[in-house]
Formats: sequence, structure tokens, C-alpha cells
Amino acid sequence: MSVSDPPAIKRRPVYLNLVRIRLPLPGIVSILHRISGAALFLFAIPVVLFAMQASVESEDGFASLKSMLANPLCKLILIGLLWAYLHHFFAGIRYLLIDLHVGDDLAPARQSSVAVLGASLILTLIIAVRLW
Amino acid sequence: MTRPLRQTIGAHYGWKDWLVQRVTAVVMILYTLGMLGVALYNGGFDYALWQALFANGAFRIATLLFGLAVLWHAWIGMRDIWMDYIKPTALRLALEVATFVVLVAYAAWLAQILWGTRQT
Ligand code: HEM
Repeated sequence: MSVSDPPAIKRRPVYLNLVRIRLPLPGIVSILHRISGAALFLFAIPVVLFAMQASVESEDGFASLKSMLANPLCKLILIGLLWAYLHHFFAGIRYLLIDLHVGDDLAPARQSSVAVLGASLILTLIIAVRLW
Repeated sequence: MTRPLRQTIGAHYGWKDWLVQRVTAVVMILYTLGMLGVALYNGGFDYALWQALFANGAFRIATLLFGLAVLWHAWIGMRDIWMDYIKPTALRLALEVATFVVLVAYAAWLAQILWGTRQT
């Protein structure tokens, strides 16, 4: 066997039926952290900059922004982005703590993933209710 | 001299980016908590408070710092995502360049809002 021969390919089981894979809770937090990060980049930054510009420019701009908030579609979008930020925020803090080896055993990591999911959902819900 | 076999092009950007993403995360957490504190203390934002904030030099600097942290953090994060999912090199490079250009443009926009031609 010469040096340049490729290593023998092992046949590994492939099991990628997305419907049947059961992602554990920390895995759900992780993929949502990625999705929320991408959503923040794609949508939240331009929306925040637009709102910042309009609201600082003049009192009229500030008022018109407030009246835009009365629109149900705008509210929905904003609530979605709010959830993305909150989830990314709490999941990010969880990762920072795990990097510091705080709660990186299996059981606490599972519990904190529940806490992250719950805290961001509940906070989003509370703010959503107050917005409507 | 022997060099480690796993050394790849770009040298140690792996651990540096890892650290940057965490430092910028802490900056963003602090800013978020600060703004939350201002909002809770004043019972929300009205126009007068908003104007006062933007007229405050420390607030502008802090907000610019936050913006730069978002820029750097999102650059590393989005590049990781493109690297994971986009395999054709040309497409991936195009997306990475586009991400970078957009982020720098956003930072310039933020600076313009903060130090623009507004009368205060
Ligand atoms: C309070 C604010 C934030 C905190 C605490 C935070 C925390 C983190 C941490 C710790 C990571 C690294 C995750 C890892 O290496 O597995 C990360 C990744 C990321 N963040 Fe943030 N972040 C914040 C705000 C933002 C914002 C505003 C954006 C959007 C522009 C953003 C976009 C991303 C992206 C795209 C990733 C990559 C996700 C991945 O690779 O799966 N983050 N964040």
C-alpha cells in the first residue's frame, strides 16, 4: 500500500431523517441560538437603525414611529425580533458560563437549557401582552 | 524546526475569534442591562429623555462601542455560519464579503445617527 492511497472508507450508519431525529433540549437551544443570531444580523440591525434615525431626527419622527407600533403586523415583527434577541441573549450568557465551567455537567446543562428557553419565551410573552 | 501538523492558513485566528466573540458578547450584555436600567428608572422613553440621551457624550460613545461590538461579533458569527453551510468557495466568499460590507455600512450609519447634523 503506497503512502498516497486514501484510507479505507468505513461504512458508518447514516441516520439523518430530520423528522425522526430527536434533538435533546440543549441542542434545541443551540440551533435556536444560531437561527436567532442570523435573524438579528439580517433583520434586527436594519430595523433598529431605521427606528433610531427616525426617532432621534425629530419629534414628528418619534411620534410616527410610535403610531407605526400600533400596526399589528409591525407588532408581530417586533415581537419576533424581541424573542430572537432575548433567546440569543440568555443562551449566550449560558454559553459564557459553560465556557467558565459553570454548570457544564449533564444535569445542570439540561436544566439551564430549559431555563433559557423558558425565560426568553415568558419575557417575550409578557412584553407582547403589554404591547397589545 | 518542526511545525505542528494541524497548523492551518490564517494561523491562530481560531482562538482569537473565539475570544473576541466572548468579549463582544460581554460588552453587549452590559449595554443591554444599562439601557434596561435607564428604561426602568424613567418608566420608559419619551421624546425628551430620548433627546437628552443622544445629546449626552458618554451615551454616544457607549452606543458606538456597542455598535462596534455587534459588528465584530456578527462578522465572526455569520462567517462561521457561511463556513458551515455554504460549500462552493466562490459563493461563500461572496457572502462573506457582502456580510462584511453591509456591517461596515451599518456602523457608518450608526455613527451618522449619533454625530449627524441634528441640532440639539
Ligand atoms: C447580548 C447580546 C449577545 C450575546 C450575549 C451573544 C452571545 C453569543 C455567543 C457566546 C456566541 C458564540 C456561540 C458559540 O460559539 O457557539 C454567539 C454567536 C453568534 N452571535 Fe451573538 N450574542 C449577542 C448578540 C448578538 C447580536 C446583536 C447578533 C447579531 C447581529 C449576534 C449574532 C451572532 C451570530 C450570527 C452568532 C453565530 C452563531 C453560531 O455560530 O451558531 N449576537 N453570540
